[in-house]
Amino acid sequence: MAIGLRPVSDARGRRFAHPQVQDAWAALDCGFAQVADVFEECASEALASFGAAQMAAYIEAARGLGKLGRGAEPMLIFLQEWPAVVAAARGDVLAPVLDLVKAMQKSPNGGAIAGFLQTLAPVARRLQAIEQLELYLDLVRELMQRTSTSIHGRHITFPSPSLPVFCRQAPQLLGLLSLGGLRNWVDYGILSHATHPERQEEYFALQSADSHAILQRERHGTLFVDVERKLELWLRALWREGELLVPYSTAFDEIRQPLPYYDSQGMRVPDVLDDAHGIAGLDRYRAVLAHMVGHRRWTLPQIADNWSPFQRMAVEFFEDCRVETLLMREFPGLRRVFLALHPKPAPGACDPQTTSCLRHRLAMLSRALIDPDHGYTDAVLGEFVARFHGLLAGAGASTAEVAQLALAWVAKTRRQSDQLARVHFADTVIDYRDDNRQMWRFIEQGDEEEAFDEERRLQRSDEPVGLPPRRYPEWDYRSVSYKPDWTSVYEALHPSGDAGKIDRLLARHAALANQLKRLLDILKPQDKVRLRYQEEGSELDLDVALRSLIDLKSGAMPDPRINMSHTTAGRNIAVMVLLDLSESLNGKLANGTQTVLELSQEAVSLLAWAIDRLGDPCAIAGFHSNTRHEVRFHHIKGFSERWDEPVKARVAAMQAGWSTRMGAALRHAGHYLAARKADKRILLLLTDGEPSDVDVDDAAYLRADARRAVDELAAKGLTTFCLSLDPKADDYVSEIFGRRWRVLDRIERLPEQLPMLYLNLTR
Amino acid sequence: MSNREQFLVKAEPFYQAQGREVELYAAAYAARLPVMVKGPTGCGKSRFVEYMAWKLGKPLVSVACNEDMTASDLVGRYLLDAGGTRWLDGPLTTAARIGAICYLDEIVEARQDTTVVIHPLTDHRRNLPLDKKGEVVEAHPDFQLVISYNPGYQSLMKDLKQSTKQRFTAFDFDYPEAGLEAGIVATETGIDAATAGRLIQVAQAARNLKGHGLDEGISTRLVVYAATLMRQGVAAGDACRMAMVRPITDDADIRATLDNAIDSVFG
Repeated sequence: MAIGLRPVSDARGRRFAHPQVQDAWAALDCGFAQVADVFEECASEALASFGAAQMAAYIEAARGLGKLGRGAEPMLIFLQEWPAVVAAARGDVLAPVLDLVKAMQKSPNGGAIAGFLQTLAPVARRLQAIEQLELYLDLVRELMQRTSTSIHGRHITFPSPSLPVFCRQAPQLLGLLSLGGLRNWVDYGILSHATHPERQEEYFALQSADSHAILQRERHGTLFVDVERKLELWLRALWREGELLVPYSTAFDEIRQPLPYYDSQGMRVPDVLDDAHGIAGLDRYRAVLAHMVGHRRWTLPQIADNWSPFQRMAVEFFEDCRVETLLMREFPGLRRVFLALHPKPAPGACDPQTTSCLRHRLAMLSRALIDPDHGYTDAVLGEFVARFHGLLAGAGASTAEVAQLALAWVAKTRRQSDQLARVHFADTVIDYRDDNRQMWRFIEQGDEEEAFDEERRLQRSDEPVGLPPRRYPEWDYRSVSYKPDWTSVYEALHPSGDAGKIDRLLARHAALANQLKRLLDILKPQDKVRLRYQEEGSELDLDVALRSLIDLKSGAMPDPRINMSHTTAGRNIAVMVLLDLSESLNGKLANGTQTVLELSQEAVSLLAWAIDRLGDPCAIAGFHSNTRHEVRFHHIKGFSERWDEPVKARVAAMQAGWSTRMGAALRHAGHYLAARKADKRILLLLTDGEPSDVDVDDAAYLRADARRAVDELAAKGLTTFCLSLDPKADDYVSEIFGRRWRVLDRIERLPEQLPMLYLNLTR
Repeated sequence: MSNREQFLVKAEPFYQAQGREVELYAAAYAARLPVMVKGPTGCGKSRFVEYMAWKLGKPLVSVACNEDMTASDLVGRYLLDAGGTRWLDGPLTTAARIGAICYLDEIVEARQDTTVVIHPLTDHRRNLPLDKKGEVVEAHPDFQLVISYNPGYQSLMKDLKQSTKQRFTAFDFDYPEAGLEAGIVATETGIDAATAGRLIQVAQAARNLKGHGLDEGISTRLVVYAATLMRQGVAAGDACRMAMVRPITDDADIRATLDNAIDSVFG
């Protein structure tokens, strides 16, 4: 027998003093020594809470786990955790849990069993109900099934990369999300990263940005972003404060929760607040802000160096109560909120013999100072409450006066046990109060002698070239939600080429231009429009005047509005022409002489020339994309530019490449068009194929996103029209553009059709 | 003159002076200088003019201006009747004839060509040519022109011409300071001073939001409405919401903020 290995029979033969434990050990039929080492404790705990049948099932389940061939780990964890699970879930979930374990064991995911069992107890504590826990088990099973992959055939061959990570994170996640929110978060992760194991793992380990973003969206409670405007308005209305509000995250720091505070850069508040003690999240935010406003108004910074930490703490509590008293004096409605949020410690909750009771005494005092019905009978407390109110009776005293009172209180109530390491915390945390960092000034920065070295500042590098990217969301039809900030659009002025080339192209279409010119003259706005039936106007409207005269002669009341005047009425249309500059434009036409790109150049030139003659404001831009991280948007002509040499030069330099991420481009073009003030705003898209990009496998995904973008534009009052050069476009183009599209079957006629199309659309 | 009688202000209107505006106005009237009263809506501009007319014992002709008003609506026009035509004086002409204080309320609402007809009445000429009638009306020695406008909410398109502005002496009105305003509300409606003070506190919360989603804060007039409702037995919260919050905004966030202000103030 090798050294270090204990014979299996050793553990089986282990003896236990308690007969029931001994019976259980026999039933367990287990040879693992490390199980035997702790079995007595586990079994005693189980025996204390389980009945006979339940105990038998528990031991039987553990026995099964020991025979999975995965070592002692699953069994050990189960034996240790299960009583806690049952206590937390308030019911028997053994059967579904074992089912799930069996399913894991049968799939390649057996390695995750230990991790799953390990966090089951904390999860059960978060969920607190057996139905909820069953839903969680369903969720785990679904995650496992959907993320376990196979190479070929239907047999699963690879374990789920995210299952162990997810099980590890589950308790923390459930602290932040409801079960419904967790399901959405999981769904999103599976859908977005199904084909990329590493990404999937990052997502479920909460290491990727989208993971955080979705988590934030699904959180329960009142999100700061949702009420930001309300809070700003409230600050301004009630307190005349225009201070910036900056949220900090409460999600990722479980042990040391940050407190609200304010500094020169703004007021820091938590990013989410749940309803608590019958106070809505929004009102809790208001309480936080009101307290800080109080400090900003009435608190003068004090020199901290000569006071001990206990003294400083007492001063802070007294000062907090002072500003709250003044706040409630101004707005009595705040009293309800403050009192509901302020804990009310029971007088005898802390034992001064064994524990430091300073916090407890201060919290009681604080309660008594703001709550007239505190009901505490302590004499010293009563004395200081009376002194406090006496001090504040008039103008409200100052920070320094209240600080003196606080020091007197510390001197009067101090106890030896305040120095003890065990501090009583229960019911002493007043979470709407800030950390009072603005209240203290320290004369000496620190004890170090060499504190005078100035901090070195990093030299800032040169300003970046080009505009920063604009980020747009993208619609995911599978999860029926937006992926926040999913695409990055980089915009720039299109490079210039030889403007003469465009003139030569136009010269080739001189006949067409003449034909268009006739049409344009008809369409050109008639500047003068007659306004009839005016009481005062520039000239007499004879028809009406005669009618009035007849009325007068026949004894009826004549219409006095017998004049007319003129006014100008023009077309009020703004148009943005958006060109798809993807690689497919480089393809040759059937006749083999021209590329589609050249044809597009001709068409766009003619269109721009025609629109310029009409006088409608028009912008031209091109786009192409290389994954969601790089959507390029080229400005070719701006709304205020005429159709002149620089613009022609840019059209001449047009080049095609990459793919077509249509939704992002539509959103960005819409952003500019929406800023125009015109009665009718048209986005004219010229494309030669359906939306596609190299980082998307699912063609329907980008189509759905483009459809969504068109809907968004329509909601802004923009009309989108698509001219497609793809003869097979009928299949998808109506899905995206509804009824606003046309397919050009004979591409050669594009230069003629594009301007005609525009003129027909706007006539 | 019976025509004069009907324009006299019968009873003393309640007006609480905010500063020295009463003496200053009396001085301007003594010299018959035209007066312009500026200020946000519902701060007591019209009430002030009415009060001064009563104090000086002069008739008051008020005209509410609107954008459809033409010059002939002010000056007068020929009416048709069975025998032919008959001239009817407009309010401005009437005021000039009987020696009244002519008060053009919200003057910028009127079209700019309309406002030009008041020019000859506002300088040394003190007359009003009626070109359609071929008559020049010499203003009565007691005649004075007063205009009001609200520089706050009007669009950029609507402003007084410099040539009009520079014919007037001007008062800048604003909502009175809190104590005074509470006194006004209490006197006007008969509610107790403490409640009036609380109402003013709510109004001031809304005034702080001017330019942040509100075009105008809650005016003294609306506070008086709220106080009137409370006198009828309506609960404070309901009265404030109905008279002070709902009329001025459709923005849900602002409404929520002001509702909270009401709850905070009334506890």
